This record gives sequence, C-alpha cells and structure tokens, in this order.
Amino acid sequence: METFSLLAQGFAVALTPLNIALLLLGCFSGTLIGALPGLGPVNGVAILIPLTFAFGFDATSSLILLSAVYFGCMYGGRISSILLNIPGDEPAVMTTLDGYPMAQQGRAADALAISGVASFFGATVAVIGLTLFAPMLARMAIYFGPADYFALYILAFVTIGGIAGVDPRKTLLSALIGLMIATAGLDPISGIPRYTFDNYHLYDGVDAIVALVGLFAISEILMLLEKAARDRAAPIGLDSWLPDFRQIWKTRWAVLRGSVVGFVAGVLPGAGASLGSVMSYSMEKQASDKHGTFGKGDPRGVAAPEAGNNAASGGALIPMLSLGVPGSGTTAVMLAMLISLNVQPGPLLFERQPDLVWGLVASLYLGNVALLILNLPMIGLFSRLMMVPTWALMPIVAAVSFVGVFSISNSVFDLELMIIFGVLGYLLRKLDVSLVPLVLGLLLGGDMERNLRRAMSISDGDWGVLMASPISVTLYVLTTAFLGLSVWLALRDRKRQQARVTEG
Amino acid sequence: MKILAPTSAVFGMAMALGLSAGAPASAAECIAPSNPGGGWDFTCRTIGRILTELDLVDGNVQVTNMPGGVGAVTYAMVVNERPDDPELIVATSTVGITQIAQGRYPAPVDAVRYLAMLGADVGVIAVDDDSPIQSLDELTEIMANDPGSIVTAGSSGAGGWDHIRLLMVAREGGLNTLGDLRWVQFDGGTDAVTQMMGGQIDVVSTDMGEIAGFVDSGDIRILAALSDEPIPAFPDIPTAQSQGIDVTGYNWRGLYTGGEVSDAEYDQWVSDLETLYNSENWQTAAVEFGLVPIWRGGADFEAYVREQEKVMADISRDIGVIE
Repeated sequence: METFSLLAQGFAVALTPLNIALLLLGCFSGTLIGALPGLGPVNGVAILIPLTFAFGFDATSSLILLSAVYFGCMYGGRISSILLNIPGDEPAVMTTLDGYPMAQQGRAADALAISGVASFFGATVAVIGLTLFAPMLARMAIYFGPADYFALYILAFVTIGGIAGVDPRKTLLSALIGLMIATAGLDPISGIPRYTFDNYHLYDGVDAIVALVGLFAISEILMLLEKAARDRAAPIGLDSWLPDFRQIWKTRWAVLRGSVVGFVAGVLPGAGASLGSVMSYSMEKQASDKHGTFGKGDPRGVAAPEAGNNAASGGALIPMLSLGVPGSGTTAVMLAMLISLNVQPGPLLFERQPDLVWGLVASLYLGNVALLILNLPMIGLFSRLMMVPTWALMPIVAAVSFVGVFSISNSVFDLELMIIFGVLGYLLRKLDVSLVPLVLGLLLGGDMERNLRRAMSISDGDWGVLMASPISVTLYVLTTAFLGLSVWLALRDRKRQQARVTEG
Repeated sequence: MKILAPTSAVFGMAMALGLSAGAPASAAECIAPSNPGGGWDFTCRTIGRILTELDLVDGNVQVTNMPGGVGAVTYAMVVNERPDDPELIVATSTVGITQIAQGRYPAPVDAVRYLAMLGADVGVIAVDDDSPIQSLDELTEIMANDPGSIVTAGSSGAGGWDHIRLLMVAREGGLNTLGDLRWVQFDGGTDAVTQMMGGQIDVVSTDMGEIAGFVDSGDIRILAALSDEPIPAFPDIPTAQSQGIDVTGYNWRGLYTGGEVSDAEYDQWVSDLETLYNSENWQTAAVEFGLVPIWRGGADFEAYVREQEKVMADISRDIGVIE
C-alpha cells in the first residue's frame, strides 16, 4: 500500500494552484498543438521548454506542464484526422482510416466522442500501469535486444499489409516508398550520407512531420484546387451535434484491447506511440472486422488506435523516468529538459525524487480527466467545422501548415520539402494508393533498420542472431500466424464471393 | 463567423508559439545548430542568459535554433553568409569537430574561429556490475589479444566520438588493428547502458553525465574516466592516465564565430567568455547540467581544436570510416 500513500503525496504536490494552472494550460494548448497539422508533441514540448526556463519553474512544475502538453497533443491529433483527413501528429495517422469516413457520413460528433473516450481510457490504463508497475516493467524491458525489436517491427509491417487499400500490391508499394525515404540521411551506424545529393539539409533525413503535413495537408489542398472550378457540393450534413453514447459503449472491447497493445508498445523504449496505434488498429481489425467495415467508418477503427496511441504515450514515460531511455521523440526532448533542470532520470529517480515522480503521476490522472472534460463539450464546436465551406477552411489549413513547419526549424528547405511531399501525395492519391503505409514505412523504417544492423554488429554478421532469443522467436511465430490467418481469411472470402457469383 | 473564431485563435497561437522560440532582437545572437532541448541548445541558452546577467552584452542574447546535418547547415550559413558578423556566436562541441574531421561539413576546420570551451562532459568506459572484467588493465588486455570476444557500444555511430575515444584507449593498450573491435551504435548513452544490463553487449563508452544514475544505483561499474583529474562528483573512479593509459576523452562544449571576424572583436569575445567562465553563475549552471567546468580559450583553444581534428581524422582513416 506504500504506492497509494506515495500517490496521495503526489496529489498534494499536483494540487498546488500553480501546478493546476500549468496542467490546464498544458492540456488546452496541447490539444490545439496536436490538432494543428505541422505541430506535433515534439514541437509542442520543444517550443514550451524555453518558456519553462524563462519563468524559472522548478522541475516538477515544468514536467507537469510538458506532460500535459504531451498528453493533450495525443488527444488533439485525432481532431484534424477525423474532420479533415489530415493527421495532426504522427500517431494520429491511423485515426484517419475510419475517422474521416465517419465524418463524411455525418457522424463526426460520434467519431470525436468515441476517440475522446478511447483516448481517456487508453491514457488512464497507461497511468495506472505507471503507478503500479513502473520500475518492474522497466527492468523487464531491458531484456528486449536489437534482434527482438527487429522482430517486433517485422510483425508491425506484416500487419500493415491488411490495413489499407483494396489492392495489396499498392499497399506494398506505398510502404516501400516510405521505407526508401526513411533511409535518406546520414547513416546512423557508419555516418555515411545516403541519398542526400550533397545537400546538408538532408543529412538528418526527412523529418516525419514535414512529410506528414505535405502528404496529407498539402495534397488535400491540391485535390481541392483541382475541383475548384466545380464548387464543392453542399457541405456534409451532421446527423447530430451530440454524440450517441450507445456507440461509445459498443467500442468497449476495442478500447480495452487497443489500450493493452498500445501500453506494451509504449513501455518498450525502442517502440513508441506510432507503433502503438498501428498495432492496436491492425490487431483490432484482425480480431473484429467480420463484415469488412474497417476503413469505411467503423467506430472500432477509431477507438482502437486512439486508445493505443494514448496508452503508448503514457507507457513511454516508464522507460523515460525509470531508465532515462526515451521511448519516443517527445520523451527524448522531455528527458533533455529534465537533465538541464538537474534531475537525473534513471534507476534511482523514484527513490531520490518521489515528489517529482508522484507529483507527475498524480497530475497525469488529473490531466486525463481535465482533457476528457475539456474535449467533450468541444465536440459540438469542432464538428461544426465540417460545415465550414472548404474554400474558407483550406487556406487556413495551408497557412497553419506552412507556419507550423517553418516554426520548427526556421528552414525554407523544409517548406520546399513539404511541397514536394504534397505533390507526391497528390499523385499517389490520384493513383488510388493509400498514403498510410507510406507514412508508417517512414515512421518505423529507420528504427527497424537500426535495430537490424545493431543485431548484425553484435553478432559480427551472423544472421542467426535474429532467431537466437526466445522473444524474437515468439514474435516470428506470431507474425507467421498472423500472415497465415490473413491469407486463409482472404481465400475464404474469395471462395464465398465466387460461390455467390455462381449462385447469382 | 462564430465557428471560425476558434480557428483563427488557434492560428494566432501557432504564430505566437512559433515566435516564442526566439527572443526579441538584440545585440548578440547565439545559434544552437539543433532543436531545443539538446546540448547545443543548453550551451546557447545558458551562456546567453549569463552574458546578460553579467552585463557583458547589451540586452538579451537571441537564441536561434537552426538544426540540420549535425551542425552542417549552420556551419554553411556562417561561412557563406555571416563570416564577418561579430555579433554572432555558435554552439559547438566535440561532435562538431568529429563531423569536420570526417569531411561532413561544407568547409574545413579553419573556416571559422574557435572562441573557447567552457565545460566538458567526461568520457567513461563502463561494464555491467556482474561483468568478469574488473579493471581497465583487464579490458585493454582482452581488446589487444582477443578483440573479437567482446562487443562494445556507445551513443555514436562507427567513427563517432564515443567510438573514437574507446579506440584511443584500445590503441594505447596495444590493439593495432582497430577494425577488429566490434562496435554497436545506440541512440544514447542510457540506451547502450540498458542494453548492457540486458546482456546484449559487454562494454559501453560514453559521456558520464547521462549515465551517472546507473553508477549511483550500482547497476554498472566504471573502469576509467577519460579525464586529467578525477570527476568531482565521483572522486573514487580512477582516470585512465592513473592506470597507465594516457588518453583523455572530453566531450567539450564551446563556441565559434565567423572566420572573418577581426582580431579585436575575437579577443573581446574570448575575454568576455573568460569572465563568464569564472563567474559563480556559470560554475553552478555547468555542474547542474552534468558538466565539468574546463577553460580553454583563444589561440590555445584553436590549437586544441586542430589537434583534436587531426587525431580524429587519423583514427577515422584507420578504421575505414574515411579514405
């Protein structure tokens, strides 16, 4: 019961007026930053760090503010995914798959409500996990070696195949383009420039957020320009401004499964929120897509990835706090800030600075409740965005995209790159190629490659290392089972269809 | 229009947030060639703050983040566009010099003028707490006689600073074919340490600051600190020099300015930075960030940088990272 007394102490820390004010500020601005294409949690947190220094907040207050922004972004990212088909940040990519179709069918309010509740649930599961098991989970995660991470990424990529698009060949093509783009930049192992064309701006590779904004937001604008002559038909109606709460209850199992899968992905320091939402979505699709409704506006396809990405974000705090290993770009920035505030994350943080850790945990509980309360009333407001004519909305999207991308790096090159990605996205959409696998290839490809090569460096080139640990063998068995099941299901469906055709 | 109001509020906020990354215009500017939050960003923000506190500059020092190419984007900009701007200082460190030594910056090392180093993170060689390797002696013997039997790792790629300083130790200990030692790159020192605790690798070479928590907790054992003097926070850890291996491996933090800045202006910066270095403000800030305050300035520092670049280039050639 020691945990609970520590947690009570944490609430005492979190409930000071300053910390509550910072928490609410962080939740609110995080939601906005997350919703804006081009600004994601990494930038949100990075932009706010100088502020925490300027105001001289102590480490606990700074961390509460930044974590609130981080969690807020995860809530906010879904809003533009659902309403505009433009993911607000990286992990929200999966939410476009069913969220946007739902909005198109006039069920924007439902989609927002479902994803809001799923986010709340996923994040809460993660915080409970953080409360009860953090040091223990961190100690387990260290046994996950490079070969095991590689196996995990293989599993993720195999599941992508089933996600999107009618034609699996196009999905494969799209994922491959993403993987290829992920190889650009200084090779992390040998430091040799790859596909940089002697341009120093490409040495760090392609920033995922730049690619994301280009592919989704800019290409959307191009699509709109194309049909500008024929003005868009009447704005999409709304069935209701109020969400249907029975719909939320129906997604409870998807939320639960997504939370668990996402949390596991988050706890592993080499994985992170994007992997969490991908795995949650594809596992859910495999588990419950009996009627082929996923990708066409199935509420469970919104609930699972949102629960997954929020659970993963919370889970990622575990290796950050108890090992000092960041599980994602955002936690890496938070970690750097902690170190500069003279806090040493690592195995002794929980013992040495219980006020900081438990104050943070308590504020995460409060932040989640605050985010849910903040988000539900905004559903009516946000879903009315659907009624704004596109000629008015899209210029704003364009402006926000450009400002967002430029504010990250002060780099004109990034703006040009964003436009190139916009054109690429436009072309691919014209060819009916789903952009989601491309983004996933880009987001996950770099880590997958690094882990493969780390494993090979450890074994001095012996491929056997990939199958040498029980963890990786288990993951490969899962992958094979998943593939087998998908092929079997596809064959069965085809037979049934043929049977129907012959009957007809 | 009620609907649009929040959207434009959002937009205004994005503008405000975007701009808040840089302070209002002022007399001096410090460019951190990275995103906010990293070591270079700390250098600029802390030095900028203290320069103002000590009234060494007029008003505030504007900190600009210009990430790209591990500093190459900023280097190109300074060399091409602002070589004679005396108001501009840029954060750099051993990492930047490694990139130059391996030809990954658009201009050679003498294209800019190095002002000073103000502090350093000390390199250490660590093993797991239940590793059979007990001393630096034992490690160098294994590295010299059976380099294939151990796996080493750190936070840089092959030819990066963590790798090079381990190879300097290995060479001093008698290893001639440096390429025989296996090296694994991780994204950070703590990543490497946790992988070592998980049994994937045997030896970690990285900065002390990041992994100090694991030393306190007893999860890892430090065989040697690559510094002239023992690390103040860990006086019991022996230096490599005290064990007969004459190698230091600082990851220093310092500043450069444009290559065409006049001698008078250059000297002014060096003397201002020395004042800053000797202030209580800097000594406190550096230690809080896990650095050991160390001063090298002016011509002394220029010579040090060139020497370091040469050593790095030599080793990089030996292990085949460059031709």
